Amino acid sequence: MADRKAMDDEIRRQFPLVNNHPEIAYLDNSATMQKPSYVLDAMRDFYEEENANPLRGLYDLSMRATEQYENARELVRKFINAEDTAEIIFTRNATESLNLVGYSYARTFLREGDEVLITIMEHHSNLLPWMQAAKAAGAALKYVECDENGHISTEKFREQITDRTRIVAMTQISNVLGVKNDVKEFAKIAHEAGAVFVCDGAQSVPHIPVDVQDLDVDFLAFSGHKMGGPMGIGVLYGKRKLLEEMPPFLYGGEMIEYVKRDSATYAELPHKFEAGTVNAAGAVGLGAAIRFYNEIGFETIMEREEYLSRRMMEELSALPYVHILGSKDPANHHGIYTFTVDGVHPHDIAAILDEDGVDVRAGHHCAQPLMKFMHTLSTTRASVGFYNTGEEIGRLVKSLSTVREKMGIV
Amino acid sequence: MAHNTFYNEILTDHNLHPAHKHDLPDANMELEGVNPSCGDDIILKLKVEDGTVVDGAFVGDGCAISQASADMMLDLIIGRSVDDAKHLSDIFLRMIKGHITDEEKEELEEASVLEDISHMPARVKCAVLGWHTMDEMLGEDYEKPAD
Repeated sequence: MADRKAMDDEIRRQFPLVNNHPEIAYLDNSATMQKPSYVLDAMRDFYEEENANPLRGLYDLSMRATEQYENARELVRKFINAEDTAEIIFTRNATESLNLVGYSYARTFLREGDEVLITIMEHHSNLLPWMQAAKAAGAALKYVECDENGHISTEKFREQITDRTRIVAMTQISNVLGVKNDVKEFAKIAHEAGAVFVCDGAQSVPHIPVDVQDLDVDFLAFSGHKMGGPMGIGVLYGKRKLLEEMPPFLYGGEMIEYVKRDSATYAELPHKFEAGTVNAAGAVGLGAAIRFYNEIGFETIMEREEYLSRRMMEELSALPYVHILGSKDPANHHGIYTFTVDGVHPHDIAAILDEDGVDVRAGHHCAQPLMKFMHTLSTTRASVGFYNTGEEIGRLVKSLSTVREKMGIV
Repeated sequence: MAHNTFYNEILTDHNLHPAHKHDLPDANMELEGVNPSCGDDIILKLKVEDGTVVDGAFVGDGCAISQASADMMLDLIIGRSVDDAKHLSDIFLRMIKGHITDEEKEELEEASVLEDISHMPARVKCAVLGWHTMDEMLGEDYEKPAD
């Protein structure tokens, strides 16, 4: 226990916002994570020492900026165990990554009568790009549903997949239920049916080790800001063969080889998909976040988050008027707890928790079809990061236990 | 933030025991108001005769602020002229923006408890939902309600 407290302090000291604001219990990590000094320093160093427009300047400074940018790509490659840095595309965020696949891959290769299969628990970012691409092609968008614990069975999945399924898109960890899908198994089934498998890693990459070769997914999307990196940098991993077949997504500077009056040839991967001046400082920040993760290690990160997840389940379950969505097993939550409180609207819950300095999310969590499927309109969500502490979970629960009284119910 | 709760008794009472949350079969005007970011969703029903709001009610779901605000609004406007209702709405919306005199605030009676919402930008839409819905209903067409 003393060890845990010492480690809490050691980790929290490295996150300025967490350290400077003990009055806040920040439990909205699924929305965005706070940033370690290590990331902020790396970005400031880049701007103070190496800033130039990467990839084009012929002078030393620009070459150094390029090197920093490409080093970050290599860090990302290693982090998710991609085969080749050509397979790592920098984007703004997971949403843009998924849209890139939606526009460039889906709109090129989907045909009338084809099918795109997604799950009922997708974030709107892994739903709307497919809805739009399917509409444009005259293809059908199909959903595989989960049970009340959030589990998607392989039987149900197989029922929905057909020889017309071209794309399967699935989140690895649900941003609402916290449940982890067996992406490796589903990707295998998708491949047997001749479909490509797109994995939304926005909630998984920051919390569990993700190995794209082991999972054998064709695409993986995630955001830097949910793992301590800055906002505005995200990643699309794609298998080289598929990325090569795909047309560019955005056109402009940096993504060309030759441009004539009426035609153009495009740059090699990955730059074909990185039009315009890139977010080099963002990439450097994400690279630093990965170094920070590597230093702490997933073993420690997961141990801490599993501990917090268990405490959250124990303490929330003790309140009879609190109802958790999804599994009763904390191992299936990955620190993400979405719940309702009898008689109190989620926005009022969040506002009252805020009065006690406890920051949580309220609303539909950008997953309206799932909310409807779970027979609820809106909910409250608390989600942990590895810098959170048991004491903060205690603050959440203590504040929650006053909500009904403050609302005049009891 | 170590201040007292914004959820005072007037607010929670209107939320838990709204006097005007029910159907109104003889309403001659009806409009749905939705706040998509929160999921607040109300249907405001008014019976307007000869330029007077004779009766009013609302049904729907939403957070305490949206529900209590609609209920307090109906407390104020039932029995008043359409012009009065629009005047009160103007004051209420200005109160939320922080531009209101003490005399005007008195006119809002209990609804003035929502004044502090001006410091809670995320909840402004909840507080004004009922009022905006009424404004839209009583726009230029209020003199010729459908039957």
